[in-house]
Amino acid sequence: MADIEIRNVYKIFGQDAKAALAMAKEGLNKSEILARSGCSVGLNNVSLTIGAGKIFVIMGLSGSGKSTLVRHINRLIEPTSGEVAFDGNNILDLDAKALRTFRMHRVSMVFQSFALMPHRTVLQNVVYGQRVRGLPKAEAREIGMKWIETVGLAGYDAKFPHQLSGGMKQRVGLARALAADTDVILMDEAFSALDPLIRADMQDQLLQLQQNLAKTIVFITHDLDEALRIGSEIAILKDGQVVQVGTPDDILERPANDYVARFVQRRQGRPEAHE
Amino acid sequence: MFPDTLNLSIRGPVNDFIQALVSGYGWVFKAISGVILKAVLFIEWILRGLPWWVVILIFMALAWQSSKRWGLTVVVGVLLFFVGVLGLWDLTMQTLALMLMATIVSVVIGVPMGILVAKSRMVRNITLPVLDVMQTMPSFVYLIPALMLFGLGKVPAILATIIYAVPPLIRLTDLGIRQVDHEVVEAATAFGGSPNQILFGVELPLATPTIMAGLNQTIMMALSMVVVASMIGARGLGEQVLNGIQTLDVGKGLEAGIGIVILAIVLDRITQGFGKSQTEDPRNG
Repeated sequence: MADIEIRNVYKIFGQDAKAALAMAKEGLNKSEILARSGCSVGLNNVSLTIGAGKIFVIMGLSGSGKSTLVRHINRLIEPTSGEVAFDGNNILDLDAKALRTFRMHRVSMVFQSFALMPHRTVLQNVVYGQRVRGLPKAEAREIGMKWIETVGLAGYDAKFPHQLSGGMKQRVGLARALAADTDVILMDEAFSALDPLIRADMQDQLLQLQQNLAKTIVFITHDLDEALRIGSEIAILKDGQVVQVGTPDDILERPANDYVARFVQRRQGRPEAHE
Repeated sequence: MFPDTLNLSIRGPVNDFIQALVSGYGWVFKAISGVILKAVLFIEWILRGLPWWVVILIFMALAWQSSKRWGLTVVVGVLLFFVGVLGLWDLTMQTLALMLMATIVSVVIGVPMGILVAKSRMVRNITLPVLDVMQTMPSFVYLIPALMLFGLGKVPAILATIIYAVPPLIRLTDLGIRQVDHEVVEAATAFGGSPNQILFGVELPLATPTIMAGLNQTIMMALSMVVVASMIGARGLGEQVLNGIQTLDVGKGLEAGIGIVILAIVLDRITQGFGKSQTEDPRNG
């Protein structure tokens, strides 16, 4: 079980990150900093506490920094300043080897465009996490087959990714993350590339899995409906800053500002949303 | 007129440097030369030792393996048979040995170099201009020092061929690795893959079609050096062409020329096939 704590994380992209960081800390906004230093602010003083065993949704439009944020949790991206703590341990202190061990055992990831390895079969993709740990082939196979069946792909283990549809590919992506047997799963717009029906199926399946496995899931999406449907807690991100954190009810009933309110209105304006 | 007072010749220093190299470190070059010569003679010994029909069968098997097409396999066999009919079998095997040696060394140098270029910006900034120079510098310019350092014969010919033929392999290895889907590499990293696991398990396999295209280019460029190489004493088909030119024996030159072309076609088709069979799986992971 892992509590993830993100403390005052800034991420600046560009040459003169130091100057831009100082500006961000003074409270200048994204466009001012871009104009003055030529640096783009990815994350601006983000602090979040993600509780263990829940689905935590980070919602925002493109460019809001949500994919950048989620990559800080497994250090695919290093922050310019700030801390990311797992159970109180700052993962930014890990050296290269410890970081690999941490990635193998603590946190796995599902990607928007699947990111399957085209030269490996479904099974080989699914057991990738176990194989890099050095688990023998036969044992890895057993684990892999179990998860392939769980996500509903029984019989497809020897197929290659290009032989599968989008929804099936993402099931492989999900099985790969589950087979790694980590307590945290990061899902970066995992369902965004799927069409609506398959997407709803996948959301259901995720909720189901979550009930049985009680993993900590950090789910990134740009879709408020999806966020409300699967999230037990939602953080809304705009221009690299957290606008509001709360339960789906909080977001719907008590939007923190106009920006959030506009999202909510849009949704209510639509005749037939989910439920 | 450009004023003479501003003339600055690098001729003297360069000549002195090469002289010093020859007299001071001759033994190093002799040792290198010895190793390469042994290797190439070994390859030649195998190729010329095998019965002609075995060599043809090996090539047909390779063609089948790479393309899975009967048509191509038969054409390869017929073309090589035709080389034999022209009376060029032995010369062709000599040339092939030279080519194989140059290609092997090119791969040993080119692929790791290409990986470095893809991984390190600094190596890349240094290497790419050097490759440009290697490809545009007239080959005779480096044939002369190669001759001085390694003497007449196969070794300088192989080295000159490598200098000319290795750049495309380096470039395409670099390209192939950088073209690998960034998200796939990210996924491998996210699951805890080490740099080596990612390089050998993900990047190189996915870059293979591009690297094979580079290998194909390298072989083709090496073949185009055959005649030049024969000027410094490499035997084989190139020497026949050179002979043909020197004695105005157009027929002889043409025969050897046809031999070179056939060798080129055969090697080109086979290596292209290996590149393609890898790309059959669309890369939409």
